Amino acid sequence: MAHHAPEHDYNAEGHAVHGKPNVKPILRALAWIVGITAFEFLLAFVMDASTLRNSIFIILTIFKAFFIVAEFMHLRHETKGLIWSIMIPMALLIWLLVALVSEGSFVGEAIFNAYK
Amino acid sequence: MAISTTATQNAAYEAPRSGTWDGGNEPFKASYGKLMMWFFLLSDAFTFAAFLTTYGMVRHRHLAYTGTPEAFKFSTAYWPIPEKVFNAFPGLHGYDIPLAFVALMTMILIVSSVTMVLAVEAGHRMDKDDVQKWLLWTILFGGMFLGCQAWEWAHFISGTDEGTLMADGSRFFGANLTMNQYGPVLFADLFFFITGFHGTHVFSGVCLLVYAFIATTNGTFHKRGHYEMVEKIGLYWHFVDLVWVFVFTFFYLI
Repeated sequence: MAHHAPEHDYNAEGHAVHGKPNVKPILRALAWIVGITAFEFLLAFVMDASTLRNSIFIILTIFKAFFIVAEFMHLRHETKGLIWSIMIPMALLIWLLVALVSEGSFVGEAIFNAYK
Repeated sequence: MAISTTATQNAAYEAPRSGTWDGGNEPFKASYGKLMMWFFLLSDAFTFAAFLTTYGMVRHRHLAYTGTPEAFKFSTAYWPIPEKVFNAFPGLHGYDIPLAFVALMTMILIVSSVTMVLAVEAGHRMDKDDVQKWLLWTILFGGMFLGCQAWEWAHFISGTDEGTLMADGSRFFGANLTMNQYGPVLFADLFFFITGFHGTHVFSGVCLLVYAFIATTNGTFHKRGHYEMVEKIGLYWHFVDLVWVFVFTFFYLI
């Protein structure tokens, strides 16, 4: 391949493609994810384990997931159809989680409290 | 007349994949490969969700530890609290440093995700040198994460100095699939399966990244006119990071 200066590079459409890197949204997402993780880590020490703490952890995790999927995986900039075809099946998992976790509680109840 | 009829009939052959019923429509404005990567990741997300849901179910089936964290002792009678299991740090033997190592691993993987975005971004600009640079950083961080996980597993398997006094009076150190010093048998099993399945994904991700680096260096993507392969591997890599974010919360924090 011929050796050439960057400004003479072209993509498939034949446009010159060397622009300035646009990293600002990426770094903003990074800042959010790192900040949330640091906050979670802090919370694990300053707050005693409770349902409230677990709920905060889960909500913050969903926020982190949003930044990764929307910004890093670029889903925010895809068409609505693609966004929905990924998000609707994922929503089904909420029921799986609710159903099986409560099922686990019932099984535990049957094992430990059946003869009480 | 005969010629023009033939020409009309052959329109689909002369300009293939351009008609409405000939694959010419792109409703999602994403290439076939990217779309299939998304749907693969969706199915993979179901697999990991099944693992984590199983963890939740099994954990609720066991008794929860109700005392203070200071008074915690390993026992098969209740589910262990993570800050007492994952409290070791390489080089600081004997110190109680809860969750620090796993927080470090999380940071390493998040940073690798950022270097991956930068590689994809450089690909959009057809900047071969930048793609190479950021892919190398991503491979480095991915390898670091795998190294950390190897240490984490080695520590989990070999156990603490004290071990745990078992019901038959013997002491047991560390963990295997049928016995462990930390708590119920399924605790260690789920640790091995969930972090192991995730680690396998990281390992395949690193292999794909090494391939992408070699192909970039050879100029394969540049000659092709686009760096879509880097983008697709990037999607996979971010997904691995995403799964870790959930594993971190459900396995180590809650």
